[in-house]
Amino acid sequence: MTKVDCNIDVHHLTRVEGHGDIHIKIQEGKLVEATWAVVETPRFFEMMVRGMSAERVPFLTSRICGICSISHALASIRALERAMEITVPSSAEKLRLLAMHGETLQSHALHLFFLAIPDFVNTPSVLPLIKSHPDIVQSGLRLKEAGNAISALTTGRFTHPVSLVLGGVSKAPEKRELASLRLQLEKVIPDLDASRDFCATLSIPDFVRETEFVSLYNGSTYPFIGGDLLSTDGVRKEENDYLAMTNEYVEDYSTSKLTKLSRDSFAAGALARFNNNHSFLHPKARETASAFSLEPVNHNPFMNNVAQLVECYHIVHDAISMIDTLLNDPLQELKTPWKPRAGRATGAVEAPRGILYHNMETDEKGKVVRGDCIIPTTQNNANIHLDLKALAKKTLEEGKTDKEIQQLCEMVVRSYDPCISCSVH
Amino acid sequence: MQHLGFSHKKIKIGSFDFTCCEGCQLQLANRESTLPAFLELLDIRNFREISSEQHDDYDIALVEGSITREDEVERLQTIRKNARVLIAYGSCACFGGVNSLKNRFPIEESVHEVYGSHTVDTLPVRRVSDIVTVDFSIPGCPVSKEEVERIIVGITTGSMISLPKYPVCVECKQKLNTCLFDLGEICLGPITRAGCDAVCTTGKTACLGCRGPADDINFESFMQLVADQELNLEDLDEKLGFYNCFEEFRHDKS
Repeated sequence: MTKVDCNIDVHHLTRVEGHGDIHIKIQEGKLVEATWAVVETPRFFEMMVRGMSAERVPFLTSRICGICSISHALASIRALERAMEITVPSSAEKLRLLAMHGETLQSHALHLFFLAIPDFVNTPSVLPLIKSHPDIVQSGLRLKEAGNAISALTTGRFTHPVSLVLGGVSKAPEKRELASLRLQLEKVIPDLDASRDFCATLSIPDFVRETEFVSLYNGSTYPFIGGDLLSTDGVRKEENDYLAMTNEYVEDYSTSKLTKLSRDSFAAGALARFNNNHSFLHPKARETASAFSLEPVNHNPFMNNVAQLVECYHIVHDAISMIDTLLNDPLQELKTPWKPRAGRATGAVEAPRGILYHNMETDEKGKVVRGDCIIPTTQNNANIHLDLKALAKKTLEEGKTDKEIQQLCEMVVRSYDPCISCSVH
Repeated sequence: MQHLGFSHKKIKIGSFDFTCCEGCQLQLANRESTLPAFLELLDIRNFREISSEQHDDYDIALVEGSITREDEVERLQTIRKNARVLIAYGSCACFGGVNSLKNRFPIEESVHEVYGSHTVDTLPVRRVSDIVTVDFSIPGCPVSKEEVERIIVGITTGSMISLPKYPVCVECKQKLNTCLFDLGEICLGPITRAGCDAVCTTGKTACLGCRGPADDINFESFMQLVADQELNLEDLDEKLGFYNCFEEFRHDKS
């Protein structure tokens, strides 16, 4: 029997970072409304950076997000270094990339195990799983811990990096610390396999809505810091052209802005990176993707969870080989001295949730005149919104109950791993 | 939960986020190796970021973030009514934190800069204690999980809870770090409350004072240190103003 009336009002969706609401309204069997509304309080970081000395700005912008603070620090650093034409020693570049790996691993493990998996096993949180599925929870915790360990060793601590500075890094890890981190990473490889096997038992909702995917692209490696901006619809632009790639706009129902490119919406994140760059993944990561029949271009938003797992494989293996390189690096030259100058540039990085842009303009004294940040979740908002409409319509046609519709709608939002505080920076 | 044959009652706890980056709540999910044991102490009644199960009966409310919109005032007052003990944690909750930098610009200008002609509700940034009574504060940007654990375990077991009274310098010296003043940089370590294990200065970057002033600081002598090396006062003010917890000491404050 076709459903006649249904009202779903999720106020402050749980198990996501920040505050967002879902509204679904069905009247006389017709979908009247399906909205993803971000209600987070704005903080105005773009004003706060005004007049601040460039060297301090990364310490401020990292506070945009408690989960992806390294990405924010590095986006600001990259924008400011490009604006003031500062070159960075190669040892520092390697340490920064390793730091990104730590953050992505930590963030993906947090999302998969704490935020996403409870839906697939019908529990309100990870807490009951500590007792019912202790082994898989321990694997998840060890992966998250390994990510945090990388961040702590490369940036000084887990959240809000200490040693990522303009011109390079302020401190390098000791070789013995790198060697012990390598051991820790080798030990979590079985945890990756356990996670893969566990995820293979979960049923991923069958839902496809064709969309556009945007990520960084450099043509030689799986991208994390800088490069061209590429979409699966064939748009390719330089980093400084970020505005033409995002086309931000405002809607009354949301304190976060929205974006679009070739269609009404596009997606950023692990699935977008995978769709544009899968050939640059570590073979073990590609193997995992195949095991889940994940192939580019995949248009099922729920597969973003799988793409995150695939990236965890890539990161752990790539981090191990990066540590091998660093163990043979003198790690002597860490920071280039720099002089302030007037300029303006964009720094784009792949934060765990997708492509992140900071654009910074400096004056000749090295003070920031103007800053602009475009956040992955901001870029995903319109796509989430349209997914909700399509999913509500599909589930309505399938005759699902209110409870099932609500659960699937919550799950599709969580699949994007939204970072709502970030999006309302 | 049992320890040496003694059992403790699980403590009912809620964690709530206001305007912030949610990095302090995230710390609660860190220190993974002790996490299951720590969670054993707690009956989590309300923690939106990790659980869909939500109840309004809790003994301790952990409150993160600063207050920047009218609906947050009401939410905070309700939490205060429900909780026996309210703990403000993180620099945003305790001092307003980096969010307070917004208060230096007229609200209309900020809204216009970010949202153009769209109207957005926002108020000047306030601390949690500007709205409700706070029983205990755990500062830090972010908070240290060790400290939060120690304080919650302390409350659960009925032992005394306190923050270090001495400055970050003490912890920094214990780590045998080279003093950043000797490298020609202003560092707020001599006047900031310890408890962070001198994490920033150990990473060779200056302390920006996220934990607020230590007890009985000698500000005159600190200023002498800055003057002796002829360090930049503008840089000093930028550092003192970063977390909104040294406002009375800022040189440029009119």
